[in-house]
Amino acid sequence: MPNWIEACGADDIEPEDVRAFNHGHETYAIYRTEDGKFFATDGLCTHEQVDLADGLVMGTVIECPMHNGRFDFTTGKALSAPACVDLKTYPVKVENGRVFIGLG
Amino acid sequence: MSEPGIVIIGAGEAGARAALGLRMRQYRGPIALIGAEPGLPYERPPLSKAVMAAPTLAAPPVTLDEAAIARNEIDYRAGIQVAAIDRAGRVVVLADGQRLPYQRLLIAAGATPRRLAVPGAEAVSYLRSAEDARLLRARLQPGTRLAIIGGGLIGLEIAACAIGLGCQVTIIEQAAAILMRAVPPALAAMIEARHRAAGVQFRLGAAIARIEARGNGHAVILAAGEVLPCDVILAGIGVVPETNLAAAAGLALENGIRVDASLATGDPDIFAAGDCCSFPHPLYEGRRMRLESWRNAQDQGNQAAANLLGAAAPFAAVPWFWSDQYEFCLQIAGLPQFGAAIIAREIGPGAKFLFHLDADGRLVAASALGPLGAIARDIKIAELLIAQRAHPAPEILAAPDARLKSLLRQAAA
Repeated sequence: MPNWIEACGADDIEPEDVRAFNHGHETYAIYRTEDGKFFATDGLCTHEQVDLADGLVMGTVIECPMHNGRFDFTTGKALSAPACVDLKTYPVKVENGRVFIGLG
Repeated sequence: MSEPGIVIIGAGEAGARAALGLRMRQYRGPIALIGAEPGLPYERPPLSKAVMAAPTLAAPPVTLDEAAIARNEIDYRAGIQVAAIDRAGRVVVLADGQRLPYQRLLIAAGATPRRLAVPGAEAVSYLRSAEDARLLRARLQPGTRLAIIGGGLIGLEIAACAIGLGCQVTIIEQAAAILMRAVPPALAAMIEARHRAAGVQFRLGAAIARIEARGNGHAVILAAGEVLPCDVILAGIGVVPETNLAAAAGLALENGIRVDASLATGDPDIFAAGDCCSFPHPLYEGRRMRLESWRNAQDQGNQAAANLLGAAAPFAAVPWFWSDQYEFCLQIAGLPQFGAAIIAREIGPGAKFLFHLDADGRLVAASALGPLGAIARDIKIAELLIAQRAHPAPEILAAPDARLKSLLRQAAA
């Protein structure tokens, strides 16, 4: 069973957008798709540890704001150089308008 | 002699990305990747950023580690020069006499720092390779007097790192202002002010007469007579494309190795990519240009891979580069020099965002300086708009609360 941590309100993230969520010593990125689905990944790019929440979401792809590595945030898969290591993904659920991320 | 395949001269960003790009496209033939430097292929941008700023000697990240070289079956040869390209025999001749036959050849030989030509210039250091960075970093200690010749991105990045290490830094620039080549004056002025606030001294509009030995160090003598004593001298005054091999092989040169829109040279089996080549850019009236950025090397390496395999697709990526200095990130998408009007977007204190429109209102560039989080998304959106040849409404560009992303959909529709 994941440990569900409340991260933010569902309306705190615009459609087709991302925001950072810090918990413990870790940073996570929480995404909302155009059609209202939520996803979560590690918050730092696997290339040089840049905050992905500063990047642009297009469809289900997040692009690192620094060196343009791209990831599919629904699977964590690295899509283009210089990113070559996949992002870890986390389960997400929405209850009563609040977004929870499943850690551990 | 091995079976002919694809030979790549140069294991920098363009060469390494091309090798990976060939495998990504399911090419199964032999790939030889020839690097002049020893060791694994690595990323150059950190040499004047994180590597230079690190408290202890640090190595840059590698682009291809041993596992990736093995997995992709790349015949990687490090620390060896190419002696010649024999086009008639379709062979690359290495400095040790080895002959590598090729079906197709990519020249991604990069560029070398332009040398300062004044008396005493043998005292000057340059930064291009990991070894250059290691030597320079070892000499930057608290109190070191560092003279930087050239107010370009390399010099400014090193100045910011050296200030952080406790050095005394003076930047000497021949032009009346720093960054006159590629950065809009409003952003260059902010960068200069930030360096001055950090304690960097500037000598602008200052020509150098000569360099002399002084005690254990040196002195830079300006044409106006001023004497600047220093311990270390670094010049960042531009780069010269590596064209010797191409020239000796009879390939055409024009500010670098001349390639067509698909990155092919006059020889249909030889392509060039990255800092060493000039190409016509379809987004900018087909104007021939040579770009010296990391992203361009990456994009062209990747496009060259496709075209080596016969795609014949034009290279049309939007130019993009960045710089890190202090807490500032500079990002520029497109080419501001093609702009006729500038629209500023207010993004808060300590940051600046400019859109560059041509005379017809087409977006040709966007440039921004500030914290990464304040500028990166909008620069990315601008890059997509530039690629779409969009004519965005200036009032939307200027309005800080207007979502730029909505412009993308309009332009695509």
